[in-house]
Amino acid sequence: MNRSMRPLLATVAIFLVAYAAAVFQFPGLLSTRVLGNFLTDNAFLGITAVGMTFVIISGGIDLSVGAVIGFTGVLVAVLISSFGLHPLVAFAIAFVVAALFGAAMGLAIHYLEVPAFIVTLAGMFLARGGASVITQDSVPINNEFYTMISSLYFRLPGGGRLSFVGLLMIAVFVFGAILAHRTRFGSYVYALGGNATSASLMGVPVARTTVQIYMLSSVLACLAGIVFSLYTSAGYPLAAVGVELDAIGAVVIGGTLLTGGYGFVFGTFVGVMLLGLVQTYIIFDGTLSSWWTKIVIGILLFLFIVLQRLVFAASARGDRSSETA
Amino acid sequence: MRLGGRDVAETAFRMEARGVSKIFGTHKALDTVDFGLLAGEVHALLGENGAGKSTLIKILTGAYQPDGGEVLVDGTPVHLDSPLHAQSFGIGTVYQEVNLLPNRSVAENLFLGHQPTRFGLVDRKRMNKDARVLLKRYGLEIDPASELGSHSVAVQQIVAIARAVQLSGKVLILDEPTASLDRDEVQRLFEVVASLKRDGLAIVFITHFLDQVFALADRVTILRNGKLVDTSRLSDLTRTELVRKMLGKDIAFSGSTSLEAQRPVTDVLLEFKNYGRKRSVRPFTLTIHKGEVIGVAGLLGSGRTEMARVMFGIDPSDEGSVTLNGKPISIRAATDAIAHGFGFCPEDRKADGIFGDLSVRENIVIALQGKLGWFRALNRDEQLDLAGQFGESMDIRAASLDMPVKLLSGGNQQKVILARWLATDPAFLILDEPTRGIDVGAHAEIVRTINRLRDDGMALVVISSEIDEVVAYSSRVVVMRDREMVAELRGEDISPAVIVQAIATHGEATSEETAA
Repeated sequence: MNRSMRPLLATVAIFLVAYAAAVFQFPGLLSTRVLGNFLTDNAFLGITAVGMTFVIISGGIDLSVGAVIGFTGVLVAVLISSFGLHPLVAFAIAFVVAALFGAAMGLAIHYLEVPAFIVTLAGMFLARGGASVITQDSVPINNEFYTMISSLYFRLPGGGRLSFVGLLMIAVFVFGAILAHRTRFGSYVYALGGNATSASLMGVPVARTTVQIYMLSSVLACLAGIVFSLYTSAGYPLAAVGVELDAIGAVVIGGTLLTGGYGFVFGTFVGVMLLGLVQTYIIFDGTLSSWWTKIVIGILLFLFIVLQRLVFAASARGDRSSETA
Repeated sequence: MRLGGRDVAETAFRMEARGVSKIFGTHKALDTVDFGLLAGEVHALLGENGAGKSTLIKILTGAYQPDGGEVLVDGTPVHLDSPLHAQSFGIGTVYQEVNLLPNRSVAENLFLGHQPTRFGLVDRKRMNKDARVLLKRYGLEIDPASELGSHSVAVQQIVAIARAVQLSGKVLILDEPTASLDRDEVQRLFEVVASLKRDGLAIVFITHFLDQVFALADRVTILRNGKLVDTSRLSDLTRTELVRKMLGKDIAFSGSTSLEAQRPVTDVLLEFKNYGRKRSVRPFTLTIHKGEVIGVAGLLGSGRTEMARVMFGIDPSDEGSVTLNGKPISIRAATDAIAHGFGFCPEDRKADGIFGDLSVRENIVIALQGKLGWFRALNRDEQLDLAGQFGESMDIRAASLDMPVKLLSGGNQQKVILARWLATDPAFLILDEPTRGIDVGAHAEIVRTINRLRDDGMALVVISSEIDEVVAYSSRVVVMRDREMVAELRGEDISPAVIVQAIATHGEATSEETAA
């Protein structure tokens, strides 16, 4: 078995066990209603995490995504409410801005050889600052089209609702999985994370791929920002503070190696669901402070990092002994 | 043009370098070198450190552009911008460190960038099938979907060759492909190379192992100090001639043994018994006396440095035993070695020796401080005292002991490193190429210091490519070849002629190897 599958399987196993345990305590958790809300509530995080998965597999990091969500929300809200643009036009403008923003970060990372951490940290301040310059306040969005798509849903058997945004997240995950595992671009992303020098010697277009990766991350963060504004019907410059860290957490819990080269988009999905489960459980329990979510996520993250270490260290040893044999 | 064999002259070269030069600053790394490569030959490229081998290879693969001369492929002058560009001319390279992706499947490593696609998506089934067919030609029956990193270095190396041949197909440059392989793996690689040669590929083979050159190559080009020494058929050359050409010892041998060094010694300090490490250096047995300098001679890559690293515990031994003053000791790490009174001045001063940004004083006291531990910090006065004392006795020329050591000349940096170890009062000191890249004055100074330390009763192991120098200060000379200690010379045998002979020839040791 491919050793990189092991952390993924561990995540899936932990999710199933945790879900079963939670259902055992609160049977109400096992309903399409709860599951539907799961998807809706975590849609913006999931979409962001797909982009983050690509970034981390390539050996980078993107700290700007939370700020891009906030910026997009404000931009879209202002374009619709103050300028009276149709939401679709506003979305298009937001996507273009995000794509340029991501491309600029990718260019800086590749050509200036500045670590992604620093470049995207700068990007984070820029986007967050930009959002606050546009407006300091929460801008409500009162638009028929907006209300229409935000209330769009499919009825699931058992009374649950699969909302448009939940469906959108699933679509993004499917798209991400195909992109990562079935296209040349995907193989280049893994190549960069495996060994950037080898990748360039093997003819991987390193500059183009790097730019595309950060564009993808920013565009998906922008989509997440739109989803977030659909969810809240408003744009607020301080929305989604720290979401980049939740996204990184979900990606790592999903079995992607923080050092790059290994990971699965599906793993990130399970990671997001696991974070959602923890949140939902704490809400169901009712007595625990919501900060317990953070503690549990912290413990999970730590657990997974240790697990990955063990898996990769063990197989490295295995390699060596098979070589000498 | 100097070419080996008359019949060669009329044949068209598959790839050729005509009078290429490369200058770095004021240093001529390559000086009007001619190099011709025929289809269906294995052409070995030999030379010691700084001979210009890697510069020439980088020009042939497009990583460097020549400052003079031209590169021709099939008789047409070409301008190679990058390794990728060179690939489009049919020139593929396989490096010592496998430059593939251990995290991806074997098939993907073979076809990355050229994966077969269907409806815009990678057709994995076909890719794996193609990979299986391709690998079969190289005698590899492995699952193409398996992760490359799960295979041995040899398999990875063959995959790298398969990729290079697949994508280029005219010229294959093998840059020390066998450096990290064991004997059986080398054999396997050679079979692959031989069959590629039969297919008409032109192959450049770079290695430090002379046995491999004679086993595999048809012709050889020798470089020294950036200049072409000779291109000739291997069948026209003896090993000794080859080594002399590489080392530049074809003129009359100079250098005489030091009588001082030949003084009889009695007290055994260290005894290494069958001491070795897999993939690094084959077990050696060596007794080192107090007041003795053991010179270590051998070509680059012969295992000299590896031997030193194993002795000092940087790469701990996995075989054999060592005794210090008759008592068995264990050296699992450099800190163990230091605790037992060892010192080690590494070969690459800049990378492994000095702390460039720290001051001369700090660089001198650091090993002693390491030995004393955290809780017995030397205060500034003690440090200055020590540094001053060694600065004077070693004649370190620095404007101030508080200036960063990187501002010093190479020779003075070397003296600082020596002083660092002398401050720990070692019983045993290993010097790896202590005189490389330093000026004549500093050179003499270092040699004088080696002699003085020996007379003071210290035991030293000194590794050097300068045979005259080894002869001048050694009490005994150990000769390394192909990661193995092949000779131990003493007395009258310590002469350049005998050493060159020992480096070059198949001794008894080699016949033993083949028997084993």
